[in-house]
Amino acid sequence: MDGASPKVRFREPQIEMAHGAGGKASRRLVEGLFVPLLYDPARPPADRLGDAASLEVDGARLALTTDSFVVTPLRFPGGSIGELAVNGTVNDLAVSGATPVAIVTTFLLEAGLPTSELEAEVRAMAEAARRAGVAIVGGDTKVVEHGKTDRMYLTTTGLGRRMPGVSLASASVRPGDKVLVSGPIGDHGITILLARGELDLEADLRSDTRSVLPLVQAVVAAAAPSLRWMRDPTRGGVATSLNELVLECGLAIHLEEEAVPVRDEVRGACELLGLDPLHIANEGQFLAVVGPDHAEAALRALRAAPGGEAAALIGEVHQQPAAAVLATTRYGGSRIVDMLVGDPLPRIC
Amino acid sequence: MKFVDEFRDPEVIGRTAEEIRRLADPGRHYRLMEVCGGHTHAIYRFGLKDVLPANIELIHGPGCPVCVLPMGRIDDGLALARRPDVIFSAFGDMMRVPGAHGSPLEHKAKGLDVRIVYSPSDALKLARTNPDRHVVFFAIGFETTAPSTALTLLRARAEGLENFSVFCNHVTIIPAIRAILDSPDMRLDGFIGPGHVSTVIGCRPYEWIARDEGKPIVVTGFEPLDLLQGIVMLLRQLKEGRAEVENQYTRVVPWEGNRAALRAMAEVFQLRPYFEWRGLGFISQSALRIRDEFAQWDAERVFSVAGVRVTDPKAAQCGEVLKGVLKPVQCKLFGRECTPEHPVGALMVSSEGSCAAYFNYEHRKASASMTSLAAPV
Amino acid sequence: MCLAIPGKIVELVSEQPNLGVVEVTGVRRRVDLGLLQDDLPGVGDWVLIHVGFAMSRISQHEAEDQMRILRVLGEDQAAMEEVRGYGLDGKDEA
Repeated sequence: MDGASPKVRFREPQIEMAHGAGGKASRRLVEGLFVPLLYDPARPPADRLGDAASLEVDGARLALTTDSFVVTPLRFPGGSIGELAVNGTVNDLAVSGATPVAIVTTFLLEAGLPTSELEAEVRAMAEAARRAGVAIVGGDTKVVEHGKTDRMYLTTTGLGRRMPGVSLASASVRPGDKVLVSGPIGDHGITILLARGELDLEADLRSDTRSVLPLVQAVVAAAAPSLRWMRDPTRGGVATSLNELVLECGLAIHLEEEAVPVRDEVRGACELLGLDPLHIANEGQFLAVVGPDHAEAALRALRAAPGGEAAALIGEVHQQPAAAVLATTRYGGSRIVDMLVGDPLPRIC
Repeated sequence: MKFVDEFRDPEVIGRTAEEIRRLADPGRHYRLMEVCGGHTHAIYRFGLKDVLPANIELIHGPGCPVCVLPMGRIDDGLALARRPDVIFSAFGDMMRVPGAHGSPLEHKAKGLDVRIVYSPSDALKLARTNPDRHVVFFAIGFETTAPSTALTLLRARAEGLENFSVFCNHVTIIPAIRAILDSPDMRLDGFIGPGHVSTVIGCRPYEWIARDEGKPIVVTGFEPLDLLQGIVMLLRQLKEGRAEVENQYTRVVPWEGNRAALRAMAEVFQLRPYFEWRGLGFISQSALRIRDEFAQWDAERVFSVAGVRVTDPKAAQCGEVLKGVLKPVQCKLFGRECTPEHPVGALMVSSEGSCAAYFNYEHRKASASMTSLAAPV
Repeated sequence: MCLAIPGKIVELVSEQPNLGVVEVTGVRRRVDLGLLQDDLPGVGDWVLIHVGFAMSRISQHEAEDQMRILRVLGEDQAAMEEVRGYGLDGKDEA
C-alpha cells in the first residue's frame, strides 16, 4: 500500500481471550489493527467483517474465506472438530452467496496426540466434505511440543464461486425487511458446554453442525432479488451477528422474542444457567434478511427443504433505535439485545 | 416450562398491567424499591418498565451480592488463586469482576487454575477428584445461597476432606435494607421484597419495615406476572393506607422460612461483628463467617488471608447507585470509562448490577420508538 | 441474587447425602435435597433449584390460585362478588 501510513487504532497492550470470542473485543481488534494494516484502502470497505471476501479473477466472481477451529472436547454429541472445520467454511461461503468449490486445511497438532484421534477427525472431515459437495484439495501439518496447544487446532480456507443474481450487502438492508432464521438456536454451544462436564448437566442434545448450503440455495431460488444479507451465527450467537449488521447499516432490528425457535432442552439449560439463547453459538444455522416482497416465499422454501422445517421469521428491520437490536414480547415489553464482551458465562444471581 | 410459562402469559400480563394503571393515582409519583438484584435483572429482561405507567418509578436496591463485595475481598481471593497448589473455584458471576490486578477470568487466561462452578457441591467434587490440590470455593450470596455453602461444609467435614476450604463472603439482607432506610436521601413508598432469600428466612424478618418504618413490603417472585402482581399488592396497600408484610410468592415462600436451611446456617456460620459493603460502608452484624469448629475449612484461616482494603476509584459512584440515590446513567463514569467491556465497579459486571442491566438492556432504547412498540394488550 | 428455577424430581439417588435428579424441560442435574430434609420431596414433586440445591417445594395449588386471581382481574366487581358468593373461584383451566 502506498500513500499515507495507515493508522492503527487498537490501543490495548496485550491480547486477551475476549479478542477471540467474536464479540465487541474481536471487532476492535479487527477494525483497529488488522484492517488498517492489511486492507487496501482502494477496495470498497463494505462488509469487511463479512464471512468471505469477494474477488474477481479474470471475470470469475469468487469468494474466499478462512476460519480456525479450537474446541474442547474434540468430540461431542452430534459431531467433532473435523466436521466443524469443514462445515464452518462451507457455511461461511454459502452465506456469502457462494457455492463452495475447494478447501485447503492446516493441522496444528500437539506431540503425543494419538494417531487414532487424528484419523477419526480426518475421516470426519472427508465425510463432511463429501456431504457438502466440496473437495479438500490440499493442506499443511505442523506439530508442536506437548503442552503448547490443546491437542489439535484446525484451520480451513475455502474458495467458492459466487452465485449469479445474488448481491449481498449490509448497506442494502432497508426498514421493512424481514429477518429469518433457518432453525432452532443454541444447540451447538449448549452441547459443548454440557460435554465439558464441568456443570454436571445432562440433556439429549446434539451439535447442529451441518452444511447449510442446500438451505441457502433454497432461499436464493425463492428470493434472490430481495435477499439482502446472510450470516451464520457462530460464536457470539444470533445477537452478535445481528448487532454486527445494525452497526454496519445503522438501522435497527426488532426481534419477536417468542418467534425465535429454541429447543426445550436448550431453553431449560439456559434458564438453569442464566444464559440467553441469543448469545449461544450455532454451527448449522443461518440468518437471512429478505425484503418484504419475497420474505414469505423464502420462509416457505426453507420450511420445505430437508432440515429447514423449524425455520422462522423472527424479526423486522426498523429505523430506530439506531444501530441496535431490540427484542420485544407479546405484551409490549422490550429490551436491547447486545453483543457480549467475551463468552457467555453461567450465573447464579 | 411449567411454573414459568404460565407466569409469562401475555394476556394476563395485559390485565395485570391494566389493574396497575387503575390503582395508580395519577396525581402521585410512586417510588418502589426492588431490593434484590435478581428483580432488577428480571425487570429489564422482561421489559416490564414498558408496561408500567410513568408515575411508578422502580428504584434498584443493593441486593446484588457481587456488586456489594469490596474489591479487596476479590484481591484476597485471587491471592489464593496464585498459589500453585490451589484450584480457585467460583460462580460465573464473579469471573469478570475486576480486582486490583485483574479479574478471575484474566487470571485464568494467564494460566492460573480458575474454574467456574454452578454449585458449591461441584467445588467439593473438584476436591475429591484432585486430592493433590487444594480447592478454594469463593462463596458469595445472600441467605438464598448461604445454606448451600453450609451444607457443603457439613459434607466436607463428614467426609473428612482436607483439601477443601471456603472463602466466605455471604452477606445478609436485613442490614442492607436498614442501611437504605437510614439513608437520609432515600424517599421510598414501599418495597418489592426478595423472593428467593425469603424461601430461607421467611417473611417475619421484614415485619419491622411495616411496623416501625410504616412502609409496605410484598415478598415477590421473579416472573413477569409475579412482579406485576407484587406491584398491584403494593399499590393496594398504599391506596388503603396499609403498611404490612405480604407474600405474593406463595407457591414457594413459606411464611416461617426453611427451618432446615436456617439450622444448617446456624450450625456452620456466625455473624461477623462488621463487614465492609461496597458503597454502604461498614455494617455491623451483616455478614457471615465460618464458625471455629469448621476452621480447617475456612480459607481465611487456612491461608492467613491478608485482608486487603482497596478503595474504589474516586470518580466511581457505585455506592450511590447501589443505594438507589443515583440512576446508573447519572454516574459520571457510566458508558464512558465504565462499560461492561472495561468495568470499573462490580455493578457493571454482575448481570444483576443495575449499571450492567441498564447498559445492556435499556440505555439505547430511544423513547420515541417505544410508542410504536408498546402496543397495549 | 438469585437465579432459581422450577424442576421436577425424576429420580432419588441416595439417602446420604439426600440426592435427587431433577429435570428442567429435558435437562437433568443432580440436586441436593438436604435443605428439604424436614419434609423430603419424592419423585414427581416440583422443587425450586438454586446452585444445585432444592430450596423449597413448589405448590401447584398456590400457583393455580395465583393464576385464577390474576385471570379475573378487571372483571366487573359485581360479577366477582357473585362468583365468590357461589363459592367458586373462577374458571378452571388445566
